Amino acid sequence: METLIKKGAEAEIYLSEWMGRKVIIKKRVRKNYRIKEIDEELRKQRTKKESLLMSGARKAGASVPIIYDVDLSEMKITMQYVEGKRIKDCIDDMDGKEQKKVCKKIGEGIASIHKSGIVHGDITTSNLILYKDRIYFIDFGLGEKSSEREKQGVDLHLLMEAFKAAHENEELFNWVFDAYGKNFEWADEVRKKVREIAERGRYMVRE
Amino acid sequence: MICLGIEGTAHTVGIGIVRDRPFGILSNVSSMYRPPSGGIHPRDAANHHASVFTDILQKALERANIKFNDIDLVAFSIGPGLGPCLRTAATAARSLSLYLKKPLIGVNHCIAHLEIGRAVTGASDPVLLYVSGGNTQVIAFMNGRYRVFGETLDIGIGNCLDKFGREAGMPFPAGPKIEEIARKGRKYVGLPYSVKGMDVSFSGILTAAINSLKRESMEDVCFSMQETCFSMLTEVAERAMAHTEKEEVLLGGGVASNERLRNMVRKMAEERGAKFYCPPGELLVDNGAMIAWTAILMKKSGIEMDIDETAIKQNFRTDEVDVTWRH
Ligand SMILES: Nc1ncnc2c1ncn2[C@@H]1O[C@H](COP(=O)(O)OP(=O)(O)OP(=O)(O)O)[C@@H](O)[C@H]1O
Ligand SMILES: Nc1ncnc2c1ncn2[C@@H]1O[C@H](COP(=O)(O)OP(=O)(O)OP(=O)(O)O)[C@@H](O)[C@H]1O
Repeated sequence: METLIKKGAEAEIYLSEWMGRKVIIKKRVRKNYRIKEIDEELRKQRTKKESLLMSGARKAGASVPIIYDVDLSEMKITMQYVEGKRIKDCIDDMDGKEQKKVCKKIGEGIASIHKSGIVHGDITTSNLILYKDRIYFIDFGLGEKSSEREKQGVDLHLLMEAFKAAHENEELFNWVFDAYGKNFEWADEVRKKVREIAERGRYMVRE
Repeated sequence: MICLGIEGTAHTVGIGIVRDRPFGILSNVSSMYRPPSGGIHPRDAANHHASVFTDILQKALERANIKFNDIDLVAFSIGPGLGPCLRTAATAARSLSLYLKKPLIGVNHCIAHLEIGRAVTGASDPVLLYVSGGNTQVIAFMNGRYRVFGETLDIGIGNCLDKFGREAGMPFPAGPKIEEIARKGRKYVGLPYSVKGMDVSFSGILTAAINSLKRESMEDVCFSMQETCFSMLTEVAERAMAHTEKEEVLLGGGVASNERLRNMVRKMAEERGAKFYCPPGELLVDNGAMIAWTAILMKKSGIEMDIDETAIKQNFRTDEVDVTWRH
């Protein structure tokens, strides 16, 4: 009774049942374009790390699906099913007031995660799910344990790019950052990093 | 309409002559500056461009078999790129336009890579994996603009290969040599795979690869470097495709000449039921035809530029351009 609900870029997401509960199974699939040595190592590392980071972020107070089981031979994680909508699919349909509320929660969530010494590594609008007034963070597959401002900056830069790339309202990121700033004491430094990253990546002058 | 386009953002200067109806690249001539040793010096490259300019202009006209007066539009690469090189191309373009009394259009270099790919491969709405010396970007069209979904957080992939090559004593550009040597590699030497969302970084791999030369064979290191870097690039291209829900992937930039990279991206596309496109080699690298063709698209969509709008933009961003020719 596993139903494939999504083929993501790196994983297949199945809706299933586990001890009477609706669960999501995230299975990292083999990529034949890369050699086995890279492929297996990456999938194993990411599965392991993702489960550790999810529990860590959850303990720190961010909304994250509960993990029920981790299987490193099949590279799969069984977790709580979050019923809501991806931010990517719903934010453009909200009015400004709602958007602001949602962005505030995103900012607070990122702040909790960063305070706990974790960076998410892939904060795009498809990895945020709105469910019952809470913003769930999913897909910690590229995250790591780190308190480096640089890496925290990469987290926010990514979200900024995701907003800019696909969503009209230019205020969205500022709202996120306001809430982040109120909840994370190093926010000013992180903002500086975000700016640096945005400038630096564009065109590298050769020496 | 016949357009003459001048490319000059980095170490290649090129002139291409393109006709829109029927579509044809009438000529595409270029010359590449190869530094005698070490990295590229922008000013030396610019001097090179200036010194060969009249020569390649003549060749371009001859090969296209047209006269000066047949040209309806003059175009040049306005950015991003190295200041001195951009200035040389811009100055040449301005004088040509004045002399011919024909309009002048400045073109974004990265977007030109994408447009020429669409024109010659039949891709209609692709995710572009643009991999050259200085640029490494994943670009796709959304809401009226070409957006950068992912890019390098430090050096470009070509740069990374060239710098490694310099350390290993290969001539510039090292990409083709590394490809050749890598074919003989057998053992995978672990290198730091670095993907952050849809962004990549290469400086860690560069350092690690140079270090591992002390212990491992050149063949194995080249092989491992290609496998690591290209897996990363393929992965971010795939992520962008999933994120934008696009079903075509297009390659651009000189590094896409690499067969291993092409095969990886082709395989990735195959496995997700998407289409793979790659233009021929002369259109992958920096060239004038892509500038000319993009200018034709711009012109036909109503874009005009005054002389004061043709100032070069060293840090010209892909998503600054209002893409008036697509909907
Ligand atoms: N716990 C969950 N509850 C509900 N839906 C989920 C859950 N986990 C994942 N999903 C759904 O599956 C999709 C893909 O999940 P995830 O992002 O973890 O996989 P991925 O392969 O890394 O994909 P992506 O390309 O988005 O990075 C999500 O965008 C979401 O719609
Ligand atoms: N077969 C190959 N494999 C890997 N890399 C290659 C290969 N052939 C060429 N390259 C690399 O391609 C780069 C040159 O590409 P291209 O002409 O598109 O860009 P550029 O002039 O360096 O820069 P830009 O487009 O960023 O201004 C060099 O770094 C070179 O090493």
